[in-house]
Amino acid sequence: MTEKPRAGWGHVSLQVLLLVYLLLPLAATGLYAFAKNWQNTVLPKQWTLEWFNAMFTDMRFFTALWNSFYLCAISVALSLVVMLPAVFVLTVYFPKWESFMKGIVVLPYAVPGVVAAVGLIRTYSSGPIEIAGTAYILIGAYFVAVLPYMYQGIRNSMLTVSAPELMQAAELLGAKPIKAFLTVVFPNILPGVMISTLLSFSVLFGEFVLTNMLVGAHIPTIQVYLYQRSGESGHLSSAIGITYFVFILLLSMVLLKLGRRLNRGTRP
Amino acid sequence: MKSKEKSRRKRRNRWVFIGLVPFAIMVLAFQLAPVLSMITGSFRPDVGSGFTLHNYYTALHSPFYLKAIKNSLLISAYSSLIGIVVGLVCAYSVSRFSPAIRDRLLMLSNMTSNFAGVPLAFAYIILLGANGVFTLLFRHWGWSAFADFNLYSWSGLILVYVYFQIPLSMLLLYPAYYGIREQWKEAASLLGASSWQFWRTVGLPILAPSVFGTLGILFANAMGAYATAYALVGGNYNLLVIRIGSLVAGDVTNQPNLGSALAVLLAVSTLIAVFLNHWMTKRSAKYLTSGEGVG
Repeated sequence: MTEKPRAGWGHVSLQVLLLVYLLLPLAATGLYAFAKNWQNTVLPKQWTLEWFNAMFTDMRFFTALWNSFYLCAISVALSLVVMLPAVFVLTVYFPKWESFMKGIVVLPYAVPGVVAAVGLIRTYSSGPIEIAGTAYILIGAYFVAVLPYMYQGIRNSMLTVSAPELMQAAELLGAKPIKAFLTVVFPNILPGVMISTLLSFSVLFGEFVLTNMLVGAHIPTIQVYLYQRSGESGHLSSAIGITYFVFILLLSMVLLKLGRRLNRGTRP
Repeated sequence: MKSKEKSRRKRRNRWVFIGLVPFAIMVLAFQLAPVLSMITGSFRPDVGSGFTLHNYYTALHSPFYLKAIKNSLLISAYSSLIGIVVGLVCAYSVSRFSPAIRDRLLMLSNMTSNFAGVPLAFAYIILLGANGVFTLLFRHWGWSAFADFNLYSWSGLILVYVYFQIPLSMLLLYPAYYGIREQWKEAASLLGASSWQFWRTVGLPILAPSVFGTLGILFANAMGAYATAYALVGGNYNLLVIRIGSLVAGDVTNQPNLGSALAVLLAVSTLIAVFLNHWMTKRSAKYLTSGEGVG
């Protein structure tokens, strides 16, 4: 940009107003989680850790946390194992198929989760593969849900490190494709792949539609647990909500740090 | 020499196909087969077999489902339009800051988009629900203007939907402002154009493709939003996503084929909206020459 940015008072106050609006629900949840009772006053009168205590002594919370964690981890790991070779083969050997791939990969983005769930329930609630209501169907659904992030992330990393040229060079020097991929391309794309992995993880951690419709109360994840406890106590669900948000925030901060380091690495 | 090289590559290509097999299986099993099953199911009666258009007829003629479709369309349209207007103003304002501050502001607004779905619905219930902090406070202070507000209604849903539309709208719109060069503004003012004339005849036409494209994404985003609506109003408000959910995975009624027909209709609407975005991005690429301070 050549022109000097001129942000006057109008712009500053507009941005402050916007941030207050956007942060208000978060702040309310945070305060509510620590409030003993909160009525008729701008701020709570008494504070307590009671709600966090209730949350951390509830075994169902840890079960839900564990469910979320292992389902997301397995899905993302599976996605990595499947997508790395696929995107590699496509970018290096079949660049012409890219637009076709894009169509497939964008579909989960354009089709809402409810619609995906309808199709999955229909396909797997009867017939030869009956896996409705199990972790398998959810992992499959999660795999599709993170397709756009994984594909874009891996593909962009491959193109930034010029994977096709690297492969050509390695093969000219006599390396077999698999060896060239593992020793030359893979270490170079690792930081970018890590970012899409974490991003996918955080997307899945916040997933509700597919989880609720496909497995629901059978395998309560953290989001489903949050929904279940909401009817009981607003304070308790605030404590859960804010804990969840802090976790996601930490995850995205790691993401940001990684991204910054990556940018510095490629643009010295 | 060249043909030899080609045949060598071809031989290798036969092997690399293996890398695509797991991907093809997963996509077939969990993406294409379900979509196909949903589409065929939507043309099948809930009892018996054969081909029928009855599900679509019910979806588009029953007042109940028609109302759900209408509610969804209207809420999505309103929340997207409000999101666009607020997004346009805020994105312009954000583009006036230095890149460092701009990125920080965008990061903050994006951070809040992690707070979507179920937790967001709760936050609004805490703030404005029947016993919400603001609800009680306003009553305590005697502000009757807010007495009629009901979070679990049409206006409440719009309020919450707008909340998650604004960060997205800003993020998608702010790059477009960098397509408008400061020199053009100077040139226009030298030629005697007022600021309003500049925006009306130069600025807005350049922004238009981005605006319509973003509108498509926002609309699709709102049409498909399930978690927020589900947690906020449950089955009490007639929305398309809620109806589909209860038809397919509900405890009371189970009419999977009618649910499929409604799901197909929903998917068509979001696909059109996303296609609008795709088409508009192509058009705006003509104006936004690469790297104009973006990136």
